[in-house]
Amino acid sequence: MNLLAEPVGVSHFMVVGAIMFVSGVVCMAAKRNALGVLMGIELVLNGANVNFVAMSSDFLYREGGHSLGLDGQLIALFVIVLAAAEAAVALAITLNFYNNHATVDVDRADELKG
Amino acid sequence: MTVEPNWHTFFFLLFAGLACAFAVAVVITSNIVRMALYLIMSLGATSGLFFLAGADFVGAMQLLIYVGGTLVLLIFGVMLTAQGPFISMKTSGGDWIVAFLLSGCLLALLIPAAFSVPDWRGRGASRADASAADLVQHDTATRLGMGLLGARVDRLEERPEHLKGGMSGYLLPFEIVSVHLLVVLIGAAYLARTKRRASNARQLG
Repeated sequence: MNLLAEPVGVSHFMVVGAIMFVSGVVCMAAKRNALGVLMGIELVLNGANVNFVAMSSDFLYREGGHSLGLDGQLIALFVIVLAAAEAAVALAITLNFYNNHATVDVDRADELKG
Repeated sequence: MTVEPNWHTFFFLLFAGLACAFAVAVVITSNIVRMALYLIMSLGATSGLFFLAGADFVGAMQLLIYVGGTLVLLIFGVMLTAQGPFISMKTSGGDWIVAFLLSGCLLALLIPAAFSVPDWRGRGASRADASAADLVQHDTATRLGMGLLGARVDRLEERPEHLKGGMSGYLLPFEIVSVHLLVVLIGAAYLARTKRRASNARQLG
């Protein structure tokens, strides 16, 4: 019950953002499927977005703390839009790779290896 | 005597637990279709966190653009490529060990850093009632739209006099992003085009 009565601050949101960010980094590093790497990128961007939105909120600071104001939410909107653009291009590249090589394994994409 | 639960904290813990659990599930599972499903759940729970932080417009855009747009795109990619061996691609054990070591180090760095700033510890419950008057929630859609058009209605007083005229808005990034989206759409359509003619020519030649 003590956990439920405690107020939520920016720190708690940043812990959520950190866990999503680290999950995304591990996903990008460890997955062999190119689409899994893409999903890791989405997780990383969302972890950053959680931090931006939390720091722009007026409700989560201690008395007298100054929030980012609307800037954080505007940057979060830009991140969402750019993530959509990035997903479109990366998916097109993946489909092109799949058409040419009949695989989505990122370890097989080693034609440029010297 | 039972303590009245803080509902904001309750829903925060609910959505935060969902978001983190499904984010970890995305990493752990090796089935690409399940990864896509868990990613949808994680991002949906994240939009709940945005609503709890008072960012209603950003939360709605998270649901509309991210969950409704970007992830549908990803699922189309999964459906087009998930054939036979590509549905479940196992990562080797050595890679997992290195990845979890790195992630543990990163978490051990980030979580104490999040709790190290005293201003970020949240509003005390005892003083919340006294200061509730200055915490009236405005809906953010109008203010965000004005900010994207170059007028910051939330900080009209702070702006220096010689900068009045919309210098502190986000009109230029907004225009750059819109042109960027157009270029990206053309580029994606060009890249994803099937190059059947080239492969046919190669086979014939």
